[in-house]
Amino acid sequence: MNTLSTQPTRRTILACGLAAPAWAGAAATPPEVPRLTVAAYPLLDKLIRWVEPQWRARHPEVALDVVGRQWLDHHTAMTTALSTASRLPDVMALDISFVGRFAQGGGLEDLRQPPFRIGDERARWVAGAYDQATNARGEVIAAPADIGPGTMFYRADVLERAGVAAERLTQSWDSYLDAGRQILARTGARLIGHAQEVKDIVVRAGLRSGEGLYYDADNRVQVESPRFVRGFELARRVRQAGLDARQALWSNEWVESLRRGRVATALAGAWMSGQLARWLAPETAGRWRAAPLPEDANVGYGGSFYAIARRAEPRRKALAWDFIRLMTLDPTVQLRAFKEIDAFPTLLATHDDPYFDEPMPFLGGQRARRLWREAARTLPALRMHKQGPFADEVMGAELDQVLERGKSIPQALADARRLLERRANR
Amino acid sequence: MTSAAAPLPRRRRRWLPPQWAPYVFIAPFFVLFAVFGLFPLLFSLWLAFQSWDPTGGLHAMHGVGLENFAFALGDEWFWKALRNTLWLAVASGVPQHLVALPLAAFIERRVRRGRDALVGAYFLPYITSTVAVAILFASFFSTDYGLVNLLLDRLAGIGAIDWLNRAEYIKPAIALVVFWRYLGFNLVLYLAAMQAIPRDLYEAATLDGASPWRQFLHITLPGVRPMIFFGVTLSVIGGLQLFEEPFVLTNGRGGSDQAGLTAAMYLYRMAFDFNDFGGASAMSWLLFAVVLGLTWLTQRLLKPPAE
Repeated sequence: MNTLSTQPTRRTILACGLAAPAWAGAAATPPEVPRLTVAAYPLLDKLIRWVEPQWRARHPEVALDVVGRQWLDHHTAMTTALSTASRLPDVMALDISFVGRFAQGGGLEDLRQPPFRIGDERARWVAGAYDQATNARGEVIAAPADIGPGTMFYRADVLERAGVAAERLTQSWDSYLDAGRQILARTGARLIGHAQEVKDIVVRAGLRSGEGLYYDADNRVQVESPRFVRGFELARRVRQAGLDARQALWSNEWVESLRRGRVATALAGAWMSGQLARWLAPETAGRWRAAPLPEDANVGYGGSFYAIARRAEPRRKALAWDFIRLMTLDPTVQLRAFKEIDAFPTLLATHDDPYFDEPMPFLGGQRARRLWREAARTLPALRMHKQGPFADEVMGAELDQVLERGKSIPQALADARRLLERRANR
Repeated sequence: MTSAAAPLPRRRRRWLPPQWAPYVFIAPFFVLFAVFGLFPLLFSLWLAFQSWDPTGGLHAMHGVGLENFAFALGDEWFWKALRNTLWLAVASGVPQHLVALPLAAFIERRVRRGRDALVGAYFLPYITSTVAVAILFASFFSTDYGLVNLLLDRLAGIGAIDWLNRAEYIKPAIALVVFWRYLGFNLVLYLAAMQAIPRDLYEAATLDGASPWRQFLHITLPGVRPMIFFGVTLSVIGGLQLFEEPFVLTNGRGGSDQAGLTAAMYLYRMAFDFNDFGGASAMSWLLFAVVLGLTWLTQRLLKPPAE
């Protein structure tokens, strides 16, 4: 296995004066045991506790305090901590959906600067993941820990009963919908949980790194562009043909449909295989397979980063950076995260590990990690906009109006544009 | 031998002048109120005139005058959330009182044995955790496996309704939960008020041949009018600030087409999901104005005339 040395960082830490205050005060007071505080959310908090022995091996003198909170609570707590600069952890984990928002505020360290110099390591990570943490000022405010290459999970047993070849699901959106009609007619199973899943992919497909989803580089709203029209039209076709189960993702009904084979496909990140295998539908082992998204759409589903607040304790910043290096640049940690919590590694050095070639029993022995590796390497880094979360809601609401109340698509997109334009500069 | 002059009684050492004592004893309340009550209020008022990206720290704030209020007043979603809130306040609030009043009268007049247990049972939802209530109802409202659809199917042959994912059903589902939760509270209020009505009024009315319905109309209702005013005022304020039930039932998002998005939920989302603390603060003060206005209106309509 390829193990990469992280020794220079230790010297950096010493140079940055971790020990200096202790030496200076040694005569007067007993030296304080340094503690590094890391704030994280599930399952990263669990992973960090697993990794603690490796941390202690590197820094026997530094204890690791993990502050774990639920996903939303964690990000709310980090927002509050940054806003008041109080009780800031030394390292904070950030979900990809918050990276763009936190990047705007200027509360996080620019990791390009010494002693971090993240730019020196850039080539070691998946390009899209690294670029995702770069803000409009060119600052890199977080290091990428994992990403979620998009993929399609389908029930092979349902497809077999319906007499549908798996290739039909992926060739094009038209063939995907045709296959769905056949599945519905022959088995009664719906193609997908909710039509919104289709829209979410189509509006993102084809975007290149640096492009924005809802706003372009000049802050102009993009929601009337052809990709949105097509996304809405396809979602409407799905609904009109009765191909979606009208179930919200992660609802009890949706999970039950996945278990019982009432929904034939789920479009999600690669991590979904672990979710299905461990707690959503373990009894369906062997019946699922993975495939690329239709028309080879390359869309990311989630990802995690680690960041350092500008106003965090300065004496521990070098240590904090060494912790981030451990989590993002140590192949053993990255692989452990992949194996234990299905966090797909951003570290390219891990991508040649034999684990990627192992058959996956839950997917009927398929070697699906190879497929996800290819998707991960070409994932684009979309430019985040401060209004992104609001735009997600607006587009979801307008699609609801199209699907439920028959609102025309041009009208829905025009209404969405008006709402987003109003907020573009807030 | 004569002793020297008798020693003066030893004065107790006072660490605090007695005239300060009341202030010291009352201080904990004022300190707590200042920290957890007054400061957030004033900070929110200050924020309403600021543009602030909280992740940039306190120094990232800058004044924008009335811009946040202008934005809020022109925000379609704010008005949509206000309409949802008013709908829910009426649909859940009015039945609470229309059912609680006669129910309280019935229990007061007819139920003797086990009254406390019965009232306790009605009151139980009020003291149950909102999250537990919402999770329970999310399960009841489940489309394929929920009790509500099962009953509707068995009793009336109505097909499966997607209560929590269809815009037209979300509001009734939330209103039902809120009604169920606060019915017991209002019942206890009215029962307490009815117990204070002199028995001899009913006895005299009975001797005069007044029916139970006439007694309810002419003795019970006027007797509990101050409590109706109090209960309705609480319902107006609570209804306009409705947050927990729709938040949990719609996974914090407001549901399909934001049909379950209340004003309180929207301003929470504005701040914590959409990172717009200035706009959220302005909306919270506008919501306060609405609550104040409707409370005043309630007072005008329902407050009993002074004796």
